[in-house]
Amino acid sequence: MVPVADYIGLSAILFTIGALGVLIRRNPLVIFMSIELMLNAANLAFVAFTRMYTALSMAGGGQPVYSGQIFVFFVMTVAAAEVAVGLALIVTIFRTKHSIDIDNLNSLKG
Amino acid sequence: MNAELLAFIILAIIAIAAALGMLFSRSTVYSALFLVLNFGTVAVFYILLNAPFIAMAQVSVYAGAIMVLFLFVIMLLGTEALPPSRALPWQRPLAIVLAVILFAEAAYLLFIRRVAAGDVPQPIQAFGSPQGVGNALFASYLLPFEVTSVLLLIAMVGAIVLTIREKGK
Repeated sequence: MVPVADYIGLSAILFTIGALGVLIRRNPLVIFMSIELMLNAANLAFVAFTRMYTALSMAGGGQPVYSGQIFVFFVMTVAAAEVAVGLALIVTIFRTKHSIDIDNLNSLKG
Repeated sequence: MNAELLAFIILAIIAIAAALGMLFSRSTVYSALFLVLNFGTVAVFYILLNAPFIAMAQVSVYAGAIMVLFLFVIMLLGTEALPPSRALPWQRPLAIVLAVILFAEAAYLLFIRRVAAGDVPQPIQAFGSPQGVGNALFASYLLPFEVTSVLLLIAMVGAIVLTIREKGK
């Protein structure tokens, strides 16, 4: 079977790609997608650790532990709420400024 | 090399390639479609990790609802490709250096802890069934579950309030 460390490594790679996307892209929609990618990488690490912890617990005669998977469920809910509000903000900004390039969004700059 | 490891390596390559394609596509629509491919491969990882309920939630919530919303907004705004604007010249090299530092930290932690996380026994087949997840969700996590419903309601009201047009404007 695949060691848990491999899943954690993949999760680290995906998280790094997401962070790079937030830093180098200037389209807010792509930045949003990169944030989703980072949340997804964290979810993958949660599920991998859940399996490792449950396997160790059950090998010792304990109960299965579902906390990690349920936390992933909550992360998905929060991500859905975040996307709904964030996309509404982007639509509103596009209506007032007719552009969504984040280099132009410096109206609050002192 | 057994079959599960081979499947993991192929899927990992697809997932990383899709993430890089999302990052470097010129068109936002291509970025969104690459991200759907990435979410699909991660859903297969969830099945390999004894989490079929999470995998189905991933496909329906992420690849279904969230990405459809993204594509809808991309096409509504008509900003598939932004015109190239004057970029900060040091932005891209600095971002790459920071990303390399972040990944080096993660890889360092992973390698010094690798021995502790070595081989783990396989849990029994019943682990990860939707029944078990449902029992835990409604027995131990009932209050957080109800709070998420309030959170979704607030998000829904907030999205409507932000985008509604007042009459006479």
